[in-house]
Amino acid sequence: MADEQAFLEYVQAGGQVETGDWLPDDYRAKLIKFIEMHGNSELMGVLPEREWILRAPTLQRKLALTAKVQDEVGHSQLIYRVVEDLGKPREQCLADLISGKSKFHNVFHYPTKTWGDIGVIAWLVDAAAIISQKALLKCSYAPYARIMKKICWEESFHILHGRDVILAMVTGTPAQFELVQEALDRWWGPLMQFHGNPIPPEDDPMFQWRIKSQGNEEARQQFLDGYVPQIWELGLTVPDPKLRKRDDGVWEYTEPDWDELKHVVTGHGPRTADRLAFRARFLEQEQWVRDVVLAA
Amino acid sequence: MNELLLGLADDELIIGWRDSEWTGIAPMLEEDVAFSSIAQNEIGHARAVYELLSDDADALAFDREPSEYLCAPLVQLHLLDWGHTIARRWLYEVADEIRITALMDELPLAAKINREEAYHRMHAEMWRERLADTPQFRAAVDELWPYALGVLPPEQRDALASRVERAEVEAVERGTNDDAFTALHEEMTMVRRSAPAGAQW
Amino acid sequence: MIWEVFRQDRKGQPFEHGGSVEAPDAEFAEAWAREQYGRRGESVALWLVPRGAVHVVDEWADEFDLKYRRVDGYSIKARLKEARERAAAGPR
Repeated sequence: MADEQAFLEYVQAGGQVETGDWLPDDYRAKLIKFIEMHGNSELMGVLPEREWILRAPTLQRKLALTAKVQDEVGHSQLIYRVVEDLGKPREQCLADLISGKSKFHNVFHYPTKTWGDIGVIAWLVDAAAIISQKALLKCSYAPYARIMKKICWEESFHILHGRDVILAMVTGTPAQFELVQEALDRWWGPLMQFHGNPIPPEDDPMFQWRIKSQGNEEARQQFLDGYVPQIWELGLTVPDPKLRKRDDGVWEYTEPDWDELKHVVTGHGPRTADRLAFRARFLEQEQWVRDVVLAA
Repeated sequence: MNELLLGLADDELIIGWRDSEWTGIAPMLEEDVAFSSIAQNEIGHARAVYELLSDDADALAFDREPSEYLCAPLVQLHLLDWGHTIARRWLYEVADEIRITALMDELPLAAKINREEAYHRMHAEMWRERLADTPQFRAAVDELWPYALGVLPPEQRDALASRVERAEVEAVERGTNDDAFTALHEEMTMVRRSAPAGAQW
Repeated sequence: MIWEVFRQDRKGQPFEHGGSVEAPDAEFAEAWAREQYGRRGESVALWLVPRGAVHVVDEWADEFDLKYRRVDGYSIKARLKEARERAAAGPR
């Protein structure tokens, strides 16, 4: 099937392809970039939460948070293996991540300031991610679609954990409630930017190739529809006076700051530089271990 | 017996806490996942022993003064390099096996812990074999050996010495929790202390 | 070395490909796959196979379209209808 048009029709009709199949150059390039960014994001997403593993206020929370972060590392392992089978070795992916050549999702460039952030991230950031990830279950590239199944299954634990952390705090002391509200106020902007600017699916090559099976705006609407009611029912407020659901079911909101999104994902987020430096430090420090172990 | 068990639980808690710090930054992703499970298991063991000693395992784990913890100096060390980390893992698991098997008659929980620790021992031995000839690992074992002896009561130390094939030396004993431990305890408890005692998290 | 991981949900279920791990030998592969595919009780058993040991078969020749070998090579409906109608009409 060495015919790009036939390939396009095949994937748009729901067809999937495997590693050894002929892939159009543009498809392969976009696929690698997309999947690599996902792997990078899981790996970088570890860092904001990791600090709080050491500070968790109960043994149960300590274990649950460690398990969540462990899952994210596991996801990056699954994802980088898929990228490697497409031709780009893990070492190269990690080198490009550190140098800033490749990207990771906006939310992981921001600081975590309190235990409230830990609740908000597990509950809402993971929720936003799981919406995209569920759509990826239908990715035209089958090896990636298949690992998404395990990833989505593990993410469901994270959301439960996040919800539990939030509920404990919003029913705790007024100070604990405030921790959640304050964290939500800070995270709302990045959350609204998370699914990307509302490029119409017809103009989105990722959608055309059925790498993504859902447009950005559709994902955002799904997020709002699922989670704003949950936020409001707890007595929390969303820092957007324009946020409302129209009669036709569409959510209206203040236009997210797309410049901020671009600025952040191109490596200028508040914590980008020091998190990449942290990664680089440990990669370099433990190179001798990889040399000894993987030399076989 | 209670002091022995509390020391054991504190060891598991603190080594678990130290080992959990590698989550996300271990030398390879596959190991990162496996190592994190070991850290979680250790904390699970601590919790199980605390539950034997108290109604409130969290209070026992978090709310004592740093000087009241009975953990061995070995587990308190902040070792953020892999050579030392694996050296500690290995030495600790060998010592822990001696300790735990000695308790099996009196403590049903010991058998349970021991079954899970079997995987930790396999993991530690697997890594020890791979790193045995590296200068980093050898130097680390040399450095940590006196600390490892301090994990066990004096009468069990020769068993440890013969298993790791090293001569017994003067041990770094329990009982001195240094500034590094105080710093760890402060970080461990900073969120918990931000709400009144008994607050839910 | 790449090790393919096949995992079983529970006894009686087929082993399904779950992904792969990079490990220098069987011992590391086991230790690592065990946690990656078992820590949340996800699998009751794993098969680990070095990628090089997997033989891939993914091409067939079907030049003469031997339909009898496939379910779609049989059109039962029309004849079944006819047979039922005849049976309903009584013995000949």
